[in-house]
Amino acid sequence: MISIQTEDFDPAAEYQRLRDSGAGTGAIATFAGLVRDSGDLSDVEGLYLEHYPGMTEQVIEGLIAEASSRWDVRRARIIHRVGRLALQEQIVFVGVCSAHRSDAFAACQFLMDALKTSAPFWKKEITASGEHWVEQKNSDVARSDAWK
Amino acid sequence: MTADTITIRFFARLREELNTEQLTLPAQPGLTTGAILASLAERGGAWTQLQGEQPVMIAVNQTMAKLSTEVRAGDEVAFFPPVTGG
Repeated sequence: MISIQTEDFDPAAEYQRLRDSGAGTGAIATFAGLVRDSGDLSDVEGLYLEHYPGMTEQVIEGLIAEASSRWDVRRARIIHRVGRLALQEQIVFVGVCSAHRSDAFAACQFLMDALKTSAPFWKKEITASGEHWVEQKNSDVARSDAWK
Repeated sequence: MTADTITIRFFARLREELNTEQLTLPAQPGLTTGAILASLAERGGAWTQLQGEQPVMIAVNQTMAKLSTEVRAGDEVAFFPPVTGG
């Protein structure tokens, strides 16, 4: 299940919902990404996130389908926030239920790495002195390519 | 949008620098996304970056596409910078 939303999310509630994925689930891996005070710029005060409605959901559906074909994925949950976010706010949540930990870890990391380089989201850093659209990092592309 | 046009959308830094969220162009036989970028770049100013060194990502009907992808009447073409979510 995929949610693109401006509102915050509750990781504890998401975890409880993932626990309801059936008696075959033996492992849950979750990841949360937060707004940090430095990125391309230092003294970042917040972020603005934009996306391409429709395409975003379609791309993430495809990533979940790929993860499900490569690993045991009983349920996957992805939440990504858009709009204006302050320091330390939650940006993204990925949760995966599997029979075993190795599949849960791998699928969770794959989804996060692939999302960063293929889902149409763009981040803008906001500082006291101005705004800056974040540049895609070669290291992120390398991490995503490593799953191919 | 009418049946014989193509919708062009811009996102993020491109949307801001071009000061354009969306425009429509007439459809033509054999038109590619690369040809659209080349003709838009001829507008000069910020538009020249569509043919510049910074990569421009392309989607046709919300699926990633290439410069050689053909575009037909009714299609939605999007141009945007490399993505930076997560």
